[in-house]
Amino acid sequence: MKVMKIVVCVKQIPDPATPGSLDSATNALKRDGKLILDDSDAYGVEMALQLATAAGGGEVNIVSMAPNNETSGMRTALAMGAVRGVLVSDPALAGSDALTTAKVLAAAIQKVGMPDLVIAATESTDGYTGTVPEQIAEVLGLPSVTFAKKVKVEGGTLKIDRQTESGYDEVECPLPALVSVTAGVVEPRYPSFKGIMDAKKKEIVTVTAADLGVSPVGWSGAGQKVASVTQAEARKAGQVIEDDGEAFNKIVAFLETLKVI
Amino acid sequence: MTLNNVWVFAQGNNGTISSFTAELLTKARSLSDNVSAFVAGDGAALADALGKYGAKKVYSTGDLGGRLVGVAAANAMKSQIDGGDKPDLILFPQNYDGRDAIARLSVKLGVTVLTNNIDIAVNGGEVVATTPIFGGNVLFAAAFTGSGPHLASFRPKSFAAEESGGAAAQVVAVSVPDGGATAAAKVTAVHVEETSGPKLDEANIVVSGGRGLGESQNFGMVEELAKLLHGAPGASRAIVDAGWVPYSYQVGQTGKVVKPSVYIAAGISGATQHMVGMKGSKNIIAINKDKEAPIFAVADLGIVGDVHKVLPKLIEALKARG
Repeated sequence: MKVMKIVVCVKQIPDPATPGSLDSATNALKRDGKLILDDSDAYGVEMALQLATAAGGGEVNIVSMAPNNETSGMRTALAMGAVRGVLVSDPALAGSDALTTAKVLAAAIQKVGMPDLVIAATESTDGYTGTVPEQIAEVLGLPSVTFAKKVKVEGGTLKIDRQTESGYDEVECPLPALVSVTAGVVEPRYPSFKGIMDAKKKEIVTVTAADLGVSPVGWSGAGQKVASVTQAEARKAGQVIEDDGEAFNKIVAFLETLKVI
Repeated sequence: MTLNNVWVFAQGNNGTISSFTAELLTKARSLSDNVSAFVAGDGAALADALGKYGAKKVYSTGDLGGRLVGVAAANAMKSQIDGGDKPDLILFPQNYDGRDAIARLSVKLGVTVLTNNIDIAVNGGEVVATTPIFGGNVLFAAAFTGSGPHLASFRPKSFAAEESGGAAAQVVAVSVPDGGATAAAKVTAVHVEETSGPKLDEANIVVSGGRGLGESQNFGMVEELAKLLHGAPGASRAIVDAGWVPYSYQVGQTGKVVKPSVYIAAGISGATQHMVGMKGSKNIIAINKDKEAPIFAVADLGIVGDVHKVLPKLIEALKARG
């Protein structure tokens, strides 16, 4: 039986628990500290591993784009069970817009070898442009199903429940294809100790944008520039009280003054 | 300075346009005298409603026969643009199909996208879109460079919808070129998750629950309180991911944006992801055990307490009022 080949696009991001900041010179999001695997991407990695198992054999590759040869987030994905990774790291990529990012990731996927399935999260936690997966699909000439909350493969066809405003649609799509998965689509496994040790030995190939033949990239390739950065008007905090068992009365009184009860 | 030609990616059904479409058309009118709606579907049925909000023309692909909206819309737009009908700017809603369409079109046209915006303006010849970052504490404005069409998407409720009193939009039938492999996905069934009471993003009162509820069955208190107040129940991403409630309940960055008169957050700490979706509410009431929870920084009334004690008493008190 043919081995199912899957590539998962992952982003390595600053720890969301620490407040974000902008580079004072360029106004780009600062991403120079330690980076971790975006939580949203753990679902895609898990989905890929489960689909590979369900297919009776498969190979899960990881592609990522990050500054400073950062691989710690990719190692997490490898520790979960992915076999190898391609990292695109290149100072020239700083300031790249979503379209350039998609072109770079698409080229990295082709470097791995065109898979049966590409999986991504619906959007990253730090930048959340939310268009990169669909842009990758277009660059690669693939069909795509975004916002998948349930994914299975039957006889070479994807069967997906896709989130909609009012519920969900059942969608069928032939392979090869791209799928973006919502958080909660599966329960990501925790890497085992053995997995973590094995991940250290797994191969991560690092390439530049030039190696992939993608140009222009970075600020010069972006069809946008920073116009201004301003502080938003802060919402003022109101009254905060400790519940003494009667605080519900304060809520009732407040709702009364608002004339909603 | 105004733009010559602006398109809006428009949605609706049964002759009614979505509130999101009405908001974007209202904004488009302030940027151009020549606003058109682009409907991947039966646009003719929406011509009256679109005209009321200022669309002079509606491009209509007709029924898509189960093809996904995003890729079909992008193909049809590209074909129209290649034919010489080129807008300066296209406004998209930041929702499922809007995101698919803007992404596909951006690659086809080789132009950038600016997403998650809450405002757009023309300043000295530049089109500048504004997006809130860091949970809305900072406003980041970016200008498009290069030639159009410029592609921008917006969060719901960024603009207040106002009718223009315009006549029905003129219907222009457009074809959807064969998308080949990219258009191979097909919708085989549609499921609508019925909810009773007002819709989450339209309700005057929203009561949301989070992790602080402890376990899924306690969400019943949130639903009961919402019902008593004739409002809608909502949820934080944490409990949606945990499978307590469907995704359609989610308020936040990756869920719905709500701006009700009253927002009650029960057992929600106030992660950035959540705050983005609710801090535009007129009045916010928060109940949380942790007095350091970020939600208290935006609450008009904050109760530091246990939701398991406060909510039942509140529900009883409201019931007693009848």
